[in-house]
Amino acid sequence: MAQEYKLILKHADEPGYTPDIECYLRHGGYDSLRKALTVPVVELSDGKKKSAQEQIREDVMKSGLRGRGGAGFSCGLKWSFVDRRSGKPIYLICNADESEPGTFKDRQIIHKDPHQLIEGMIISCFANDVKLAYIYIRGEMPKGAKILNQALKEARAKNLLGKNILGTGYDLEIHVHRGAGAYICGEETGLIESLEGKRPYPRIKPPYFPAVLGLYMCPTIVNNVETLCNVKHIVGMGGAEFAKLGTPNNTGTRIVSLSGQVKRPGYYEIEVGKATLGQLIHDPEFGGGLLDGRKLKAVIPGGSSSKVLKAGEKFKLKRKVDGKDVEERPIFLIFLMISIRFSKRAP
Amino acid sequence: MSAATKTDNNPAPTAIEMIKVKVDGRELEVPRLSPDWQGKLAPTTMIQVCEAAKQDVPHYCYHPKLPVAGNCRMCLVEFGTPALGPDRKPLLNADGTARIAKSPRPAIACATPVSPGMEIYTSTPGVKQMREGVLESLLINHPLDCPICDQAGECKLQEYSVDYGQSGSRFVEAKVHKPKSVDLGPRIMLDAERCILCTRCIRFTKDIAGDDKLGIVNRGSYNTISTFPGTAFDNNYTLNTVDICPVGALTSKDFRFQMRVWFLKDTKSICTSCGTGCNVHIGSREEKIYRYTPRENEAVNGHWMCDEGRLNYKWIQRTDRLRDVLVHGCKSSWGEALREIAHKLKQAPPGSVAIIGSARQTNEELWLLSRLKSRFGAISDSFPRDGQPDKLLVSADKNPNSNGARLTGISFTEAGINLAKIADGIQGGVIKTLLVFGENVVKRAVSPAALSEKETTTEAIEVHGITADVLAKLETLIVSDILPNETTRLAHYLLPGCAHAEKRGSFTSTKGRVQKFMQAVEPAGDARPEWDFLQDLVCNVTGKEGFHSIEGLFNEMAKSVPAFNGLTWAGLGETGVSVKI
Amino acid sequence: MSFSIPAGLEAEIDELITHYPVRRSASLMLLHAIQEHFGWVSPEAVQWTAAKLGLEPINVHELLTFYPMFRQAAPGRHQIKVCRTLSCALGGSHALHRHVCERLGLDAGAHGLQTTKDGKFSVEFVECLAGCGSAPVMMCGDDFHEGVSGKKADEILGGCK
Repeated sequence: MAQEYKLILKHADEPGYTPDIECYLRHGGYDSLRKALTVPVVELSDGKKKSAQEQIREDVMKSGLRGRGGAGFSCGLKWSFVDRRSGKPIYLICNADESEPGTFKDRQIIHKDPHQLIEGMIISCFANDVKLAYIYIRGEMPKGAKILNQALKEARAKNLLGKNILGTGYDLEIHVHRGAGAYICGEETGLIESLEGKRPYPRIKPPYFPAVLGLYMCPTIVNNVETLCNVKHIVGMGGAEFAKLGTPNNTGTRIVSLSGQVKRPGYYEIEVGKATLGQLIHDPEFGGGLLDGRKLKAVIPGGSSSKVLKAGEKFKLKRKVDGKDVEERPIFLIFLMISIRFSKRAP
Repeated sequence: MSAATKTDNNPAPTAIEMIKVKVDGRELEVPRLSPDWQGKLAPTTMIQVCEAAKQDVPHYCYHPKLPVAGNCRMCLVEFGTPALGPDRKPLLNADGTARIAKSPRPAIACATPVSPGMEIYTSTPGVKQMREGVLESLLINHPLDCPICDQAGECKLQEYSVDYGQSGSRFVEAKVHKPKSVDLGPRIMLDAERCILCTRCIRFTKDIAGDDKLGIVNRGSYNTISTFPGTAFDNNYTLNTVDICPVGALTSKDFRFQMRVWFLKDTKSICTSCGTGCNVHIGSREEKIYRYTPRENEAVNGHWMCDEGRLNYKWIQRTDRLRDVLVHGCKSSWGEALREIAHKLKQAPPGSVAIIGSARQTNEELWLLSRLKSRFGAISDSFPRDGQPDKLLVSADKNPNSNGARLTGISFTEAGINLAKIADGIQGGVIKTLLVFGENVVKRAVSPAALSEKETTTEAIEVHGITADVLAKLETLIVSDILPNETTRLAHYLLPGCAHAEKRGSFTSTKGRVQKFMQAVEPAGDARPEWDFLQDLVCNVTGKEGFHSIEGLFNEMAKSVPAFNGLTWAGLGETGVSVKI
Repeated sequence: MSFSIPAGLEAEIDELITHYPVRRSASLMLLHAIQEHFGWVSPEAVQWTAAKLGLEPINVHELLTFYPMFRQAAPGRHQIKVCRTLSCALGGSHALHRHVCERLGLDAGAHGLQTTKDGKFSVEFVECLAGCGSAPVMMCGDDFHEGVSGKKADEILGGCK
């Protein structure tokens, strides 16, 4: 029996849970950050030392975390591509330009649990020696931007952000940058162009791989909101423990955005690969089945950019919702957005 | 960013590693790094390799002297790289050759670096299909108005349509209509419907001209090139955007609707508006000049030229051009006038002759004048013509051949220092004969509004003291010029000369580039090239037969002028030779 | 044409600029700040912004014309944005748009921005607002409304002063 597994959205929908820092702290907030900042340097047998940053990056690699933004690329691998020898500053950008039609998971995190994102960001920045980071939030979420700004202010006031964070000597500033209505800004190089104050045309790759030539031609990491939240949990529970969630090649949880003509549209957090599309549509836990009198015509599994699965393609509908498995098929499974379209009414 | 100076300091080629790649099965060795648009070394790209392999890759947005944008997608090619086994060692075919793993996705040749062993395929069915697709997509909203388009005949859309176009359009939807006849600036007109948004013009004006005035406004299929509303695209290099516009979107107000380009005769020439010596093509038809366009010369102007120089050709076709040989105001003949002048000169006592040449004359003409100078022990000079330089091409020296005047001995380190002496000599009655070539010496008395079109707008006017009253004291005033002016009106002997477009010759640029130019149109009336009649005059005076071809004359001059030693007319080639100045 | 930025707004703008190591990056945030204050971004505001950031006006105009959220003319005091993307379209956004337009006396067939004669409301269709699970959704000003029925829309419009 498939069921929800709440990691990211553990508290968000609890009655009485508020987006302010006090509430977050009461629920163990920023413990992972404290843990990350105080990871002791490890002496290796060959006399070399492994810094806290390296250990965190290793842990993220070990966790098997895949990006939650679209392509499902390994987060640890992405971080490993960052050019750390250029002498240039490294930037981190949180991609909160959630605009793939059918996706509405990041909005929930930002509105209901902004500090989780900020904590994930601070840890990720620390792990990558980032001193300046941005949250690029879509223009259509003005309230989200306000909530994030408020949360950043609270974090600064508690010295979780800013100069000499918690007395560790680590400085970090995070700013909110608002888009103004452009789907293309969700593409990471387009987002970078937009953040540089230019028209958000995606850059050509090569040579402009963000890990080497990103924001201001400096090494840059662009991660999705949900991905960064996961980093907090990876540090909290350890990469190995995190990797036990989900399936071996595709770990952790995913927030599924279910919309269309089902009885219970909404977002559901599941362990990756632990529910089938059919279960998501029909189980009372999830979609609860089609609206009365409707007939299934098609499912769009990953936003408008993905292949539409027609109702006749039964073998695909029965597949597990597992990023990797589906990637092997010619299907662009990313946001796990499920649109269910029906004929008006069965005659 | 000077396009002209970049190429002179190419890094030593020995330091660059060579790699082997294949283009359509043909192996060639290419450097791993090649100069990019700024001349800096960067990884060699596929398009550079294809060019070296003489394999044409169609493109719109790519330009070797502009930053790579990679937006038109026309240069998509297929490629493969050596396949590696799990041990990271190359896999081999049965015959021992490297096994190539063909990339499942094509790459844009303009931006993709080559790697050792890479194979590039430019003529596969897949590549052809991609080109057809890209072209079809670019033409979706295009008005297809070639019959009335100035670009027709030199349009990349047309050229590639021949190779990859479809005979019919599959597009049944309504085309997006965009602004037409947009007045972008004083010299540029935009037809936004023809634009394919390659952004060459934007990159040129931002990165080359340093005037970030163009951008793309609106979005998607409504994207349009524009200035900020109410402002003009008006720097001195705007017309280069017309040259690099691969389609008919940007047109020159001066040239539009004047002539179909395929009727134009192309003549290789040099711009005379300043000392830079930008290489140009003169486009003419039936003795009429229609346009100048820059001619590529990496050592001088790169691909560009300034607007002022480009449009400075209309004076050549003025109706009041000097057409007749005049002796004391009466029409005469070349033979008669030159005989009389030779006679007068021969009788002149030493020190009584002065020569004012022009740094707008050719090396050969100035050298012939210098031979007269030494024959008569004359005092000589030419006029300086100073203006505002810019960072790209325009020189502060508004003469095209100041170095020629100096190297042939007509003027000195500082042009114009002898002019006051000449004025004094005439005033004092010592100088009785004055030869003036191509300069209106009494110009300073003229109000700026009456200046001839030939003068550039930024030119400073020197005060030197040779007024009309001073000239009136002369026994003999011999003047050669192209357009009438105060000095030509005072001449006792008036010899009509030629614009550079009407003759052949060479100039020496401010940086010491000796460059030759060819004749585009016939001279006006009886006018003759100055070198041609000076040759006769020198012959009359010295009794020595001169050369009757520019080639012979140049080669003779090169022997006698130290700076030109070793040069030959043929050796100048199309882009000239640099000499020590 | 006199155009001036009040001191308070300029202070806010100066603070925003400090967020970025390269001034140009602040363009979008400045346009947002100016639009929040004036309701739209005038050509004079574009020139002011460009001068403030050391840019050419075209650099800012390029952004203004690209991003649909920026207004080049004054819109209504209350801006209604109805999502028209797939999930909302399935959930009845076209009926919602028609309802709102008809109630306000606007053309229900027009997708672009329309403003009521009294300048009180502007209505437009927009792309996905990331609220697909509670379709149809719409925004009224900065407020996001989910599951908007005709009745709920009436209440929202009625609440606008």
